[in-house]
Amino acid sequence: MSSTTASVRRKSISYAKWGYLFIAPFFIVYLTCSLIPLLFTFYNAFFENYMDGLKQIGPNFVGFDNFVTLFTPKSSGTIEIFKFAGNTMIMWIMGAIPQIVFALLLAVIFTSERMKIKGQGFFKTVIYMPNLIMASAFSMLFFTLFSNVGPINQIIQAAGGQVFEFFNNVWSARTIIAFINFLMWFGNTTILLMAGIMGIDQSLFEAAAIDGAKSSQVFFKITIPLLMPIIVFVVITALIGGLQMFDVPQIISSGKGTPNNTTKTLVMQLNAYIGTSKNYGMAGAVSIMLFIITGVLSFIVFRFTEPKKEKKGGKK
Amino acid sequence: MAKERMDFIDKGNKTTLFVSRLVSYIFLIFVTILSLFSFYLLIINSTRSNAQLQAGFEVLPKEHFFDNLVTAWNDTSIFFLPQGMLNSFIVAAATCILTTYFSAMTAYGVCVYDFKGRNFVHKFIILIMMIPTQVGALGFVKLVNELGLANTYWPLIIPAIAAPSTYFYMKQYIDSTLPLEIVEAARVDGSNEFRTYNFICVPILKPALAVQMIFAFVASWNNFFTPALILDKKELYTLPIMLSIVRSRINSQAGDMGEVYMIILLAIIPVVVVYLFLSKFIIGGVTLGSVKG
Repeated sequence: MSSTTASVRRKSISYAKWGYLFIAPFFIVYLTCSLIPLLFTFYNAFFENYMDGLKQIGPNFVGFDNFVTLFTPKSSGTIEIFKFAGNTMIMWIMGAIPQIVFALLLAVIFTSERMKIKGQGFFKTVIYMPNLIMASAFSMLFFTLFSNVGPINQIIQAAGGQVFEFFNNVWSARTIIAFINFLMWFGNTTILLMAGIMGIDQSLFEAAAIDGAKSSQVFFKITIPLLMPIIVFVVITALIGGLQMFDVPQIISSGKGTPNNTTKTLVMQLNAYIGTSKNYGMAGAVSIMLFIITGVLSFIVFRFTEPKKEKKGGKK
Repeated sequence: MAKERMDFIDKGNKTTLFVSRLVSYIFLIFVTILSLFSFYLLIINSTRSNAQLQAGFEVLPKEHFFDNLVTAWNDTSIFFLPQGMLNSFIVAAATCILTTYFSAMTAYGVCVYDFKGRNFVHKFIILIMMIPTQVGALGFVKLVNELGLANTYWPLIIPAIAAPSTYFYMKQYIDSTLPLEIVEAARVDGSNEFRTYNFICVPILKPALAVQMIFAFVASWNNFFTPALILDKKELYTLPIMLSIVRSRINSQAGDMGEVYMIILLAIIPVVVVYLFLSKFIIGGVTLGSVKG
């Protein structure tokens, strides 16, 4: 008796070592390729370090000066970094809401036992395809589509309207950027949600059908609550993607965030500091800001979704 | 009694079923058009000359497909286009294999072994999943330069080993599909742990691995941000860098929109092929994995 427990214990101890071995490559690579660069970036934020023409200034330790610069209002009275963060959030929300709604609808349609949609393979294959096109290529296509001499304006003129400068209007420019993001990512989201719905116990749907539940009731009372963990995952990954928004607005606005910096995102600003002006101190400060925003938003998403899930679980 | 009730519900639902089917098909067709429209535009545009593209929009293809192909092929300002495709392929293939293999291995380690700090490891990876890659970009570029690895592919490939979101996905998948009894049975049969992972676990995870491979391949193939910071030798350029060079000329005299669209089209063909090749896993596989639920 005691010998068997001893052998079991010995076994589990020796297998635990394998656990560390299996996760080792991930952590070694993460520490060297991501964590050290991350800390180094943060460290840079406290130094004055940039190119003035051909002259290298710094690096000199300046404390929080870079952050002071970051939060100093421009002559127009706006604090640029807040504006860029706002732009990023607005364009993200404008794209993410239709993205998740479309993905949910599609996932429900595809997984519906009742409807038995034909040609599913084709539709599922097709919806992911926009993701195969480079963001930059997408942006170019839409830029030409909505340009002043583009087909949309040709149609408007043919109908007797005036040329509408889509990229000179804050909301049309933002809408186009958000739409591209939506188009690129809704297929990806659908695939993830579909997997989640298929994971729900089928007998729950059958029971609901027998009880005479309407499709809308089934959707809001069964599908959505049980799908919450996957939805959280989807929202968080979409959020991270949104905060990283770069290629699309960069190309649509030729890197300038036109009109009037209303489509400039945080990463565009970061890219301008690293690449164009080689201002590593300010780049570090922007990175810290981005990091803090990510942390806060992820916390909020978790906070909003976690308790709900527990409550539902408790009821069951 | 119950059967009668079912029949009654079925009859009542006949019309609603018809309507919901109809609405669904209309919606699906709309979404299909939405998804394929860009491909249509790209193909049409790749057959038009620069002058035609400047003039406005056309619905039907023109005759300049091969002219554009020749221009793109002979463009030395981007070194040599097929070289760029090869470069992109090398980076993307290596990235997607490393990402899926090692991140799945990490997930397997966390799922199968009960080691100290297992929970912490899981939470830590979820935490780092939130950090945008660009946040560490500055430090990464400096590190790469310090190590003398600028203008090599190592900085693009090696970091792929640690992919938090792939880990997260694989963890969910392993939790729901891999019975631990199989691992134990393999142990009894004297298989060592790596062998069990490679020859028993990996085949079971194939559908999920395929999905993550597609995601990783496409992300790497289309990545512009990191390669642009690391590579400045023409012969090492990946496709997105080449595209951005040709594209940056379009407002100048030397610009050629036809060439730009041709490069985009050529850049899409390999990913479409890889995608169609693996897509049966997306359709059948993802679902298969989670059925157990």
